[in-house]
Amino acid sequence: MSIFKKIMTAIRGGASEAGEAIIDANATRIFEQEIRDAENHLTKAKRDLTGVMAEQMSANRDVTRLQREISEHEGYAGQALEKGDETLALAVAEKIATLESDLSAQQQALDSFSGNADRLKELVKKSERQVTEHKRQLSMVKTTESVQKATSAITDNFSSSNSKLLSAKDSLERIKAKQQKFDDKMKAAEILESENSDSSLAAQLKAAGIGSQENSANSVLDRIRAKQK
Amino acid sequence: MNIHTIADHLNSLADNSDTGMDFDCQPISGEVDVLQITILGREELPVFLSVTDDQILCISYLWGADEVKTDCVNAMHESMLEMNIPMPLSSFSKIGDKYVVFGALSINSTFEDIEHELAVLSNNALEVIDDMSDFLV
Repeated sequence: MSIFKKIMTAIRGGASEAGEAIIDANATRIFEQEIRDAENHLTKAKRDLTGVMAEQMSANRDVTRLQREISEHEGYAGQALEKGDETLALAVAEKIATLESDLSAQQQALDSFSGNADRLKELVKKSERQVTEHKRQLSMVKTTESVQKATSAITDNFSSSNSKLLSAKDSLERIKAKQQKFDDKMKAAEILESENSDSSLAAQLKAAGIGSQENSANSVLDRIRAKQK
Repeated sequence: MNIHTIADHLNSLADNSDTGMDFDCQPISGEVDVLQITILGREELPVFLSVTDDQILCISYLWGADEVKTDCVNAMHESMLEMNIPMPLSSFSKIGDKYVVFGALSINSTFEDIEHELAVLSNNALEVIDDMSDFLV
């Protein structure tokens, strides 16, 4: 059964009761150990792969070198024949034959290293996928358990603190009411602010001698003088 | 990253959060450490945060199964499934008999990521209750 199904079955079957584990702790520990083992194998496989790839590169260099030497010697043999030196040409041909047998041996080694490297690369990829998958499954089990334990902690906290859980609608109403109150306060503050700025403007105008002026003794006297005329 | 470093960070933000929200954190002790995070003005809908090996879970409880009008359960489930992708960062779930919205973050998230997640989750929770209130008693 997949982990996913196990979790679903366990939740449906009432394992969501606080304290009851989805998969017993021992099984989880074994699973964790398996993941660690797989990771160790993976590290080893990666190390092996590095070694094989180094040998592959070295074999590849040998093959290239041998191919170059063969074509060089073929040139020499040709030149010897042109000069009519059959003995020298034969000696060169013998050398070429040795080089060719070396080449075929190196080519075989290279093919074998390449095959090994490809196989190891595939193995590493497969193991990586497997480790990732196991970790995901373990994470599912652990998360489910953690959520259950967290839920029971939250529930315990609520029942012990006696704070009644409100219904969703009541909570929303309360939050909206608070928001409304806050908005109203902001609006009131804005109005106050604008009134304040009005009065400060009036003060500035008065200071500049613009607009209605306060009655001063001088202005009263001026008014009386004007009447006497 | 554990609930205490997260609590220290959120509490130290005070008025300087990037989200315009004031967080108050209260650790709840238990077999798994849970952080109860209340947002100023939204005390009725706290967010619960817990940390596992590879993720940070933020959960907000929406309503109980008993608050759903009996003839509306299927319609509500459909609406929730349909809203699941459009709803930013959060998803629906059910824990026991409670419907929840939750967000899961990588354990390597930054404080800013967590703060953002909490703000979005809280907004989602409020909006969902508002939008789904026709289905609720």
